[in-house]
Amino acid sequence: MEFDFGAVLVDWRLLAKGVAWTVGLTAIATLIGMAVGVACAWARASGPAWLRWIVGSYVELIRNTPFIVQLFFIFFGLPAAGVKLTPETASVIAMVMNLGAYATEIIRAGIEATPKGQIEAAVSLALNKVQVFTRVVLPPALKKVWPAMVSQIIIVMLGSAVCGQISTEELSYAANLIQSRNFRAFEAFIIATLIYLALAVGLRRLLNWAGPKFFFGR
Amino acid sequence: MVDFSLWDILRNLLMALRWTVVLSLIAFVGGGLVGGLLLFLRLRGGSVMNRAVGFYVQLFQGTPLLMQLFLAYFGIALFGIDVSAWTAASVALTLYTSAFLTEIWRGCVASIPKGQWEASGSLALSFSEQMRHVVLPQAVKIAIAPTVGFLVQVIKGTALASVIGFVELTKAGSMISNATFQPFVVFSCVALLYFVLCFPVSLYAKNLERKSHGRRA
Repeated sequence: MEFDFGAVLVDWRLLAKGVAWTVGLTAIATLIGMAVGVACAWARASGPAWLRWIVGSYVELIRNTPFIVQLFFIFFGLPAAGVKLTPETASVIAMVMNLGAYATEIIRAGIEATPKGQIEAAVSLALNKVQVFTRVVLPPALKKVWPAMVSQIIIVMLGSAVCGQISTEELSYAANLIQSRNFRAFEAFIIATLIYLALAVGLRRLLNWAGPKFFFGR
Repeated sequence: MVDFSLWDILRNLLMALRWTVVLSLIAFVGGGLVGGLLLFLRLRGGSVMNRAVGFYVQLFQGTPLLMQLFLAYFGIALFGIDVSAWTAASVALTLYTSAFLTEIWRGCVASIPKGQWEASGSLALSFSEQMRHVVLPQAVKIAIAPTVGFLVQVIKGTALASVIGFVELTKAGSMISNATFQPFVVFSCVALLYFVLCFPVSLYAKNLERKSHGRRA
Protein backbone atom coordinates (compact mmCIF):
# COMPACT_ATOMS: atom_id res chain seq x y z
CA MET A 1 0.00 0.00 0.00
CA GLU A 2 1.58 3.24 -1.11
CA PHE A 3 0.09 6.66 -0.93
CA ASP A 4 0.78 9.44 -3.35
CA PHE A 5 -0.92 12.59 -2.16
CA GLY A 6 1.31 14.68 -4.42
CA ALA A 7 -0.43 13.26 -7.47
CA VAL A 8 -3.67 14.75 -6.18
CA LEU A 9 -2.31 18.03 -4.87
CA VAL A 10 -0.75 18.79 -8.25
CA ASP A 11 -4.31 19.48 -9.37
CA TRP A 12 -4.80 22.08 -6.66
CA ARG A 13 -6.43 24.45 -9.14
CA LEU A 14 -9.28 22.01 -9.67
CA LEU A 15 -9.65 21.56 -5.93
CA ALA A 16 -9.67 25.31 -5.35
CA LYS A 17 -12.35 25.74 -7.98
CA GLY A 18 -14.35 22.99 -6.31
CA VAL A 19 -14.04 24.70 -2.93
CA ALA A 20 -15.16 27.98 -4.49
CA TRP A 21 -18.27 26.29 -5.90
CA THR A 22 -19.06 24.55 -2.62
CA VAL A 23 -18.69 27.80 -0.71
CA GLY A 24 -20.70 29.73 -3.29
CA LEU A 25 -23.54 27.20 -3.36
CA THR A 26 -23.65 27.16 0.42
CA ALA A 27 -23.67 30.95 0.68
CA ILE A 28 -26.57 31.30 -1.75
CA ALA A 29 -28.49 28.43 -0.19
CA THR A 30 -27.98 29.89 3.28
CA LEU A 31 -29.21 33.37 2.41
CA ILE A 32 -32.21 32.39 0.29
CA GLY A 33 -32.96 29.28 2.33
CA MET A 34 -33.15 31.28 5.54
CA ALA A 35 -35.41 33.85 3.89
CA VAL A 36 -37.67 30.99 2.77
CA GLY A 37 -37.53 29.59 6.29
CA VAL A 38 -38.55 32.90 7.87
CA ALA A 39 -41.39 33.41 5.39
CA CYS A 40 -42.70 29.87 5.81
CA ALA A 41 -42.33 29.99 9.58
CA TRP A 42 -44.41 33.15 9.61
CA ALA A 43 -46.98 31.53 7.31
CA ARG A 44 -47.12 28.47 9.49
CA ALA A 45 -47.44 30.41 12.71
CA SER A 46 -49.94 33.08 11.68
CA GLY A 47 -51.02 32.56 8.06
CA PRO A 48 -54.46 31.40 6.88
CA ALA A 49 -55.33 27.71 7.25
CA TRP A 50 -54.80 26.77 3.58
CA LEU A 51 -51.36 28.39 3.53
CA ARG A 52 -50.42 26.62 6.73
CA TRP A 53 -51.40 23.33 5.15
CA ILE A 54 -49.33 23.98 2.01
CA VAL A 55 -46.25 24.99 4.00
CA GLY A 56 -46.70 22.00 6.31
CA SER A 57 -46.83 19.63 3.33
CA TYR A 58 -43.73 21.21 1.81
CA VAL A 59 -41.81 20.85 5.06
CA GLU A 60 -42.82 17.23 5.64
CA LEU A 61 -42.22 16.26 2.01
CA ILE A 62 -38.69 17.63 2.03
CA ARG A 63 -37.80 16.33 5.48
CA ASN A 64 -38.90 12.80 4.67
CA THR A 65 -37.16 12.31 1.33
CA PRO A 66 -33.40 12.12 0.63
CA PHE A 67 -31.62 15.17 -0.74
CA ILE A 68 -30.21 13.17 -3.64
CA VAL A 69 -33.73 12.22 -4.75
CA GLN A 70 -34.86 15.86 -4.55
CA LEU A 71 -31.85 16.81 -6.65
CA PHE A 72 -32.50 14.08 -9.24
CA PHE A 73 -36.15 15.00 -9.39
CA ILE A 74 -35.32 18.63 -10.13
CA PHE A 75 -32.50 17.92 -12.58
CA PHE A 76 -33.72 14.78 -14.38
CA GLY A 77 -37.45 14.86 -13.68
CA LEU A 78 -38.45 18.45 -14.31
CA PRO A 79 -37.11 18.67 -17.90
CA ALA A 80 -39.71 16.04 -18.81
CA ALA A 81 -42.30 18.53 -17.55
CA GLY A 82 -40.77 21.28 -19.67
CA VAL A 83 -38.43 22.92 -17.16
CA LYS A 84 -34.82 22.60 -18.26
CA LEU A 85 -32.17 23.61 -15.75
CA THR A 86 -28.39 23.76 -15.70
CA PRO A 87 -26.72 21.57 -13.04
CA GLU A 88 -25.79 24.67 -11.06
CA THR A 89 -29.32 26.08 -11.02
CA ALA A 90 -30.77 22.70 -10.12
CA SER A 91 -28.26 22.41 -7.26
CA VAL A 92 -29.12 25.85 -5.91
CA ILE A 93 -32.85 25.17 -6.09
CA ALA A 94 -32.48 21.81 -4.37
CA MET A 95 -30.29 23.24 -1.61
CA VAL A 96 -32.56 26.23 -1.05
CA MET A 97 -35.67 24.07 -0.87
CA ASN A 98 -33.93 21.66 1.46
CA LEU A 99 -32.58 24.26 3.87
CA GLY A 100 -35.84 26.21 3.64
CA ALA A 101 -37.86 23.29 4.95
CA TYR A 102 -35.58 22.61 7.89
CA ALA A 103 -35.19 26.31 8.63
CA THR A 104 -38.99 26.64 8.73
CA GLU A 105 -39.24 24.09 11.50
CA ILE A 106 -36.28 25.50 13.40
CA ILE A 107 -37.44 29.12 13.25
CA ARG A 108 -41.03 28.16 14.03
CA ALA A 109 -39.84 26.53 17.24
CA GLY A 110 -38.18 29.82 18.15
CA ILE A 111 -41.28 31.85 17.28
CA GLU A 112 -43.52 29.62 19.38
CA ALA A 113 -41.26 30.20 22.35
CA THR A 114 -41.93 33.95 22.25
CA PRO A 115 -43.96 34.96 25.33
CA LYS A 116 -47.45 36.24 24.43
CA GLY A 117 -46.98 39.28 26.65
CA GLN A 118 -44.22 40.56 24.39
CA ILE A 119 -46.55 40.56 21.40
CA GLU A 120 -49.35 42.18 23.39
CA ALA A 121 -46.96 44.82 24.64
CA ALA A 122 -45.81 45.54 21.07
CA VAL A 123 -49.40 45.77 19.80
CA SER A 124 -50.31 48.13 22.62
CA LEU A 125 -47.46 50.35 21.40
CA ALA A 126 -49.37 50.59 18.09
CA LEU A 127 -46.86 48.56 16.07
CA ASN A 128 -48.48 46.93 13.07
CA LYS A 129 -48.39 43.20 12.31
CA VAL A 130 -45.25 43.34 10.18
CA GLN A 131 -43.38 45.49 12.68
CA VAL A 132 -44.30 43.17 15.52
CA PHE A 133 -42.96 40.21 13.57
CA THR A 134 -39.72 41.73 12.30
CA ARG A 135 -38.80 43.72 15.43
CA VAL A 136 -40.26 41.86 18.38
CA VAL A 137 -40.83 38.24 17.45
CA LEU A 138 -38.12 37.35 14.94
CA PRO A 139 -34.84 38.59 16.50
CA PRO A 140 -35.17 36.77 19.83
CA ALA A 141 -36.54 33.71 18.03
CA LEU A 142 -33.49 33.60 15.73
CA LYS A 143 -31.21 34.10 18.68
CA LYS A 144 -32.77 31.20 20.52
CA VAL A 145 -32.51 28.75 17.63
CA TRP A 146 -29.23 29.95 16.12
CA PRO A 147 -27.16 26.93 17.26
CA ALA A 148 -29.65 24.57 15.57
CA MET A 149 -29.67 26.80 12.50
CA VAL A 150 -25.87 26.73 12.27
CA SER A 151 -25.84 22.93 12.48
CA GLN A 152 -28.44 22.70 9.74
CA ILE A 153 -26.53 25.03 7.43
CA ILE A 154 -23.43 22.88 7.92
CA ILE A 155 -25.46 19.76 7.12
CA VAL A 156 -26.61 21.41 3.89
CA MET A 157 -23.03 22.40 3.03
CA LEU A 158 -21.87 18.80 3.51
CA GLY A 159 -24.90 17.56 1.61
CA SER A 160 -23.87 19.66 -1.38
CA ALA A 161 -21.26 16.97 -2.09
CA VAL A 162 -24.09 15.14 -3.81
CA CYS A 163 -24.46 17.95 -6.37
CA GLY A 164 -21.35 16.59 -8.09
CA GLN A 165 -23.51 13.68 -9.19
CA ILE A 166 -25.34 15.95 -11.63
CA SER A 167 -21.96 17.43 -12.67
CA THR A 168 -22.05 20.64 -10.67
CA GLU A 169 -18.36 21.35 -10.39
CA GLU A 170 -18.09 21.52 -6.61
CA LEU A 171 -15.50 19.90 -4.36
CA SER A 172 -16.57 16.27 -4.57
CA TYR A 173 -16.82 16.61 -8.35
CA ALA A 174 -13.25 17.91 -8.43
CA ALA A 175 -12.05 14.98 -6.31
CA ASN A 176 -13.85 12.57 -8.61
CA LEU A 177 -12.37 14.19 -11.69
CA ILE A 178 -8.85 14.03 -10.27
CA GLN A 179 -9.11 10.38 -9.29
CA SER A 180 -10.45 9.46 -12.70
CA ARG A 181 -7.31 10.98 -14.23
CA ASN A 182 -4.64 9.54 -11.95
CA PHE A 183 -6.42 6.56 -10.34
CA ARG A 184 -5.49 7.82 -6.88
CA ALA A 185 -9.04 7.46 -5.61
CA PHE A 186 -8.34 7.02 -1.91
CA GLU A 187 -5.92 9.94 -1.73
CA ALA A 188 -8.23 12.21 -3.71
CA PHE A 189 -11.20 11.49 -1.47
CA ILE A 190 -9.13 11.76 1.73
CA ILE A 191 -7.99 15.22 0.70
CA ALA A 192 -11.49 16.28 -0.29
CA THR A 193 -12.86 14.94 2.99
CA LEU A 194 -10.28 16.87 5.00
CA ILE A 195 -11.14 20.04 3.10
CA TYR A 196 -14.82 19.47 3.90
CA LEU A 197 -13.92 19.03 7.56
CA ALA A 198 -11.99 22.30 7.52
CA LEU A 199 -14.88 24.03 5.76
CA ALA A 200 -17.33 22.72 8.36
CA VAL A 201 -15.17 23.97 11.24
CA GLY A 202 -14.62 27.32 9.53
CA LEU A 203 -18.30 27.71 8.65
CA ARG A 204 -19.34 27.03 12.25
CA ARG A 205 -16.97 29.75 13.46
CA LEU A 206 -18.14 32.17 10.79
CA LEU A 207 -21.83 31.63 11.53
CA ASN A 208 -21.39 31.84 15.27
CA TRP A 209 -19.78 35.20 14.67
CA ALA A 210 -22.15 36.41 11.93
CA GLY A 211 -25.41 35.46 13.64
CA PRO A 212 -25.27 37.94 16.52
CA LYS A 213 -23.68 40.56 14.30
CA PHE A 214 -26.19 40.57 11.44
CA PHE A 215 -29.32 38.64 12.34
CA PHE A 216 -30.36 39.27 15.90
CA GLY A 217 -27.94 41.62 17.61
CA ARG A 218 -26.39 41.12 20.98
CA MET B 1 -39.88 -0.30 -28.03
CA VAL B 2 -41.39 -1.70 -24.90
CA ASP B 3 -43.95 0.38 -23.09
CA PHE B 4 -43.70 0.56 -19.33
CA SER B 5 -46.87 1.05 -17.40
CA LEU B 6 -46.92 2.90 -14.12
CA TRP B 7 -47.43 -0.43 -12.42
CA ASP B 8 -44.25 -1.85 -14.03
CA ILE B 9 -42.28 1.10 -12.69
CA LEU B 10 -43.80 0.91 -9.25
CA ARG B 11 -43.35 -2.85 -8.99
CA ASN B 12 -39.66 -2.62 -9.82
CA LEU B 13 -39.17 0.22 -7.39
CA LEU B 14 -40.91 -1.74 -4.64
CA MET B 15 -38.50 -4.63 -5.26
CA ALA B 16 -35.60 -2.24 -4.75
CA LEU B 17 -37.23 -0.68 -1.70
CA ARG B 18 -36.47 -3.94 0.14
CA TRP B 19 -32.76 -3.23 -0.08
CA THR B 20 -33.22 0.28 1.23
CA VAL B 21 -35.00 -1.22 4.22
CA VAL B 22 -32.39 -3.95 4.74
CA LEU B 23 -29.48 -1.52 4.46
CA SER B 24 -31.20 0.88 6.89
CA LEU B 25 -31.65 -1.94 9.40
CA ILE B 26 -28.03 -3.03 9.07
CA ALA B 27 -26.85 0.55 9.59
CA PHE B 28 -29.22 1.14 12.48
CA VAL B 29 -28.48 -2.09 14.36
CA GLY B 30 -24.74 -2.01 13.60
CA GLY B 31 -24.54 1.70 14.39
CA GLY B 32 -26.46 1.13 17.61
CA LEU B 33 -24.04 -1.56 18.76
CA VAL B 34 -20.91 0.42 17.86
CA GLY B 35 -22.49 3.60 19.24
CA GLY B 36 -23.29 1.87 22.54
CA LEU B 37 -19.73 0.62 22.80
CA LEU B 38 -18.37 4.12 22.06
CA LEU B 39 -20.68 5.61 24.67
CA PHE B 40 -19.37 3.16 27.24
CA LEU B 41 -15.79 4.02 26.31
CA ARG B 42 -16.57 7.70 26.57
CA LEU B 43 -18.12 7.39 30.02
CA ARG B 44 -15.62 4.93 31.39
CA GLY B 45 -12.39 5.29 29.41
CA GLY B 46 -10.92 8.41 30.99
CA SER B 47 -10.14 11.72 29.35
CA VAL B 48 -8.03 10.34 26.48
CA MET B 49 -10.78 7.96 25.42
CA ASN B 50 -13.33 10.71 25.87
CA ARG B 51 -11.41 12.96 23.55
CA ALA B 52 -10.80 10.19 21.02
CA VAL B 53 -14.52 9.38 20.80
CA GLY B 54 -15.28 13.11 20.60
CA PHE B 55 -12.90 13.38 17.66
CA TYR B 56 -14.52 10.36 15.99
CA VAL B 57 -17.93 12.01 16.30
CA GLN B 58 -16.60 15.31 14.92
CA LEU B 59 -15.01 13.48 12.01
CA PHE B 60 -18.23 11.82 10.92
CA GLN B 61 -20.45 14.81 11.61
CA GLY B 62 -18.09 17.24 9.87
CA THR B 63 -17.64 15.39 6.58
CA PRO B 64 -20.13 14.41 3.87
CA LEU B 65 -21.60 10.93 4.07
CA LEU B 66 -20.88 10.65 0.35
CA MET B 67 -17.14 11.03 0.98
CA GLN B 68 -17.34 8.47 3.78
CA LEU B 69 -18.92 6.03 1.37
CA PHE B 70 -16.24 6.66 -1.25
CA LEU B 71 -13.49 6.27 1.33
CA ALA B 72 -14.96 3.00 2.59
CA TYR B 73 -15.28 1.76 -0.97
CA PHE B 74 -11.74 2.63 -2.03
CA GLY B 75 -10.17 2.36 1.43
CA ILE B 76 -11.11 -1.25 2.14
CA ALA B 77 -9.88 -2.15 -1.32
CA LEU B 78 -6.44 -0.85 -0.36
CA PHE B 79 -6.09 -3.74 2.07
CA GLY B 80 -6.38 -6.08 -0.88
CA ILE B 81 -9.92 -7.02 0.05
CA ASP B 82 -12.35 -7.18 -2.81
CA VAL B 83 -15.20 -4.95 -1.66
CA SER B 84 -18.72 -5.21 -2.87
CA ALA B 85 -21.01 -2.21 -2.72
CA TRP B 86 -22.82 -4.12 0.03
CA THR B 87 -19.76 -4.25 2.28
CA ALA B 88 -18.70 -0.68 1.67
CA ALA B 89 -22.20 0.71 2.19
CA SER B 90 -22.75 -1.34 5.34
CA VAL B 91 -19.42 -0.32 6.85
CA ALA B 92 -19.74 3.39 6.00
CA LEU B 93 -23.35 3.69 7.14
CA THR B 94 -22.68 1.74 10.34
CA LEU B 95 -19.80 4.03 11.28
CA TYR B 96 -21.80 7.13 10.34
CA THR B 97 -24.81 6.00 12.37
CA SER B 98 -22.66 5.04 15.36
CA ALA B 99 -21.12 8.52 15.51
CA PHE B 100 -24.52 10.24 15.60
CA LEU B 101 -26.13 7.75 18.00
CA THR B 102 -23.26 7.88 20.48
CA GLU B 103 -23.56 11.67 20.51
CA ILE B 104 -27.36 11.59 20.91
CA TRP B 105 -27.10 9.07 23.74
CA ARG B 106 -24.30 10.92 25.45
CA GLY B 107 -26.57 13.94 25.63
CA CYS B 108 -29.30 11.79 27.19
CA VAL B 109 -26.97 10.37 29.82
CA ALA B 110 -25.59 13.84 30.51
CA SER B 111 -29.11 15.13 31.09
CA ILE B 112 -29.53 12.86 34.11
CA PRO B 113 -28.94 15.13 37.10
CA LYS B 114 -25.58 14.74 38.83
CA GLY B 115 -27.37 14.16 42.10
CA GLN B 116 -28.61 10.82 40.79
CA TRP B 117 -25.03 9.68 40.24
CA GLU B 118 -23.95 11.00 43.63
CA ALA B 119 -26.89 9.50 45.48
CA SER B 120 -26.41 6.09 43.91
CA GLY B 121 -22.66 6.36 44.48
CA SER B 122 -23.25 7.11 48.14
CA LEU B 123 -25.30 3.90 48.32
CA ALA B 124 -22.06 2.12 47.41
CA LEU B 125 -23.26 1.07 43.96
CA SER B 126 -20.46 0.37 41.50
CA PHE B 127 -20.32 2.15 38.12
CA SER B 128 -22.04 -0.69 36.32
CA GLU B 129 -24.72 -0.90 39.02
CA GLN B 130 -25.28 2.86 38.89
CA MET B 131 -25.60 2.60 35.14
CA ARG B 132 -27.90 -0.39 35.17
CA HIS B 133 -30.25 0.53 38.00
CA VAL B 134 -30.26 4.31 38.14
CA VAL B 135 -28.96 6.16 35.09
CA LEU B 136 -29.84 3.99 32.08
CA PRO B 137 -33.52 3.41 32.94
CA GLN B 138 -34.00 7.18 32.98
CA ALA B 139 -31.71 7.94 30.04
CA VAL B 140 -33.31 5.32 27.80
CA LYS B 141 -36.70 6.96 28.22
CA ILE B 142 -35.31 10.31 27.09
CA ALA B 143 -33.32 8.69 24.29
CA ILE B 144 -36.11 6.82 22.53
CA ALA B 145 -37.67 9.79 20.70
CA PRO B 146 -34.45 11.28 19.22
CA THR B 147 -33.20 7.78 18.37
CA VAL B 148 -36.34 6.96 16.40
CA GLY B 149 -36.11 10.40 14.79
CA PHE B 150 -32.57 9.66 13.70
CA LEU B 151 -33.77 6.50 11.95
CA VAL B 152 -35.28 8.80 9.32
CA GLN B 153 -31.82 10.29 8.69
CA VAL B 154 -30.40 6.78 8.30
CA ILE B 155 -33.08 5.74 5.80
CA LYS B 156 -32.42 8.90 3.78
CA GLY B 157 -28.68 8.32 4.09
CA THR B 158 -28.94 4.93 2.40
CA ALA B 159 -29.94 6.77 -0.78
CA LEU B 160 -26.30 7.83 -1.13
CA ALA B 161 -25.20 4.20 -1.37
CA SER B 162 -26.62 4.38 -4.89
CA VAL B 163 -23.57 6.42 -5.85
CA ILE B 164 -21.16 3.53 -5.21
CA GLY B 165 -23.39 1.20 -7.19
CA PHE B 166 -25.55 -0.28 -4.47
CA VAL B 167 -28.88 -1.04 -6.10
CA GLU B 168 -31.45 0.31 -3.67
CA LEU B 169 -34.42 2.57 -4.27
CA THR B 170 -32.55 5.61 -5.66
CA LYS B 171 -30.24 3.57 -7.91
CA ALA B 172 -33.17 1.53 -9.15
CA GLY B 173 -34.95 4.80 -9.87
CA SER B 174 -32.03 6.04 -11.98
CA MET B 175 -31.83 2.76 -13.85
CA ILE B 176 -35.56 2.58 -14.52
CA SER B 177 -35.62 6.22 -15.56
CA ASN B 178 -32.85 5.50 -18.09
CA ALA B 179 -34.79 2.54 -19.43
CA THR B 180 -38.22 4.14 -19.61
CA PHE B 181 -37.36 7.75 -20.49
CA GLN B 182 -39.91 8.83 -17.88
CA PRO B 183 -37.72 10.53 -15.26
CA PHE B 184 -40.55 12.72 -13.98
CA VAL B 185 -42.81 9.79 -13.17
CA VAL B 186 -40.02 7.59 -11.88
CA PHE B 187 -38.45 10.10 -9.52
CA SER B 188 -41.87 11.18 -8.29
CA CYS B 189 -42.53 7.55 -7.39
CA VAL B 190 -39.10 7.22 -5.76
CA ALA B 191 -39.71 10.31 -3.63
CA LEU B 192 -43.18 9.07 -2.75
CA LEU B 193 -41.85 5.70 -1.62
CA TYR B 194 -39.23 7.32 0.59
CA PHE B 195 -41.96 9.51 2.02
CA VAL B 196 -44.17 6.50 2.72
CA LEU B 197 -41.23 4.87 4.49
CA CYS B 198 -40.05 7.89 6.48
CA PHE B 199 -43.17 9.85 7.33
CA PRO B 200 -44.69 7.29 9.74
CA VAL B 201 -41.35 7.07 11.52
CA SER B 202 -41.20 10.88 11.79
CA LEU B 203 -44.73 11.01 13.15
CA TYR B 204 -43.99 8.27 15.63
CA ALA B 205 -40.86 10.11 16.82
CA LYS B 206 -42.86 13.33 17.19
CA ASN B 207 -45.51 11.51 19.19
CA LEU B 208 -42.94 9.96 21.49
CA GLU B 209 -41.39 13.35 22.01
CA ARG B 210 -44.71 14.93 22.89
CA LYS B 211 -45.47 12.13 25.32
CA SER B 212 -42.12 12.34 27.07
CA HIS B 213 -42.48 16.12 27.37
CA GLY B 214 -45.94 15.63 28.82
CA ARG B 215 -44.64 13.21 31.37
CA ARG B 216 -41.94 15.55 32.54
CA ALA B 217 -44.18 18.59 32.72
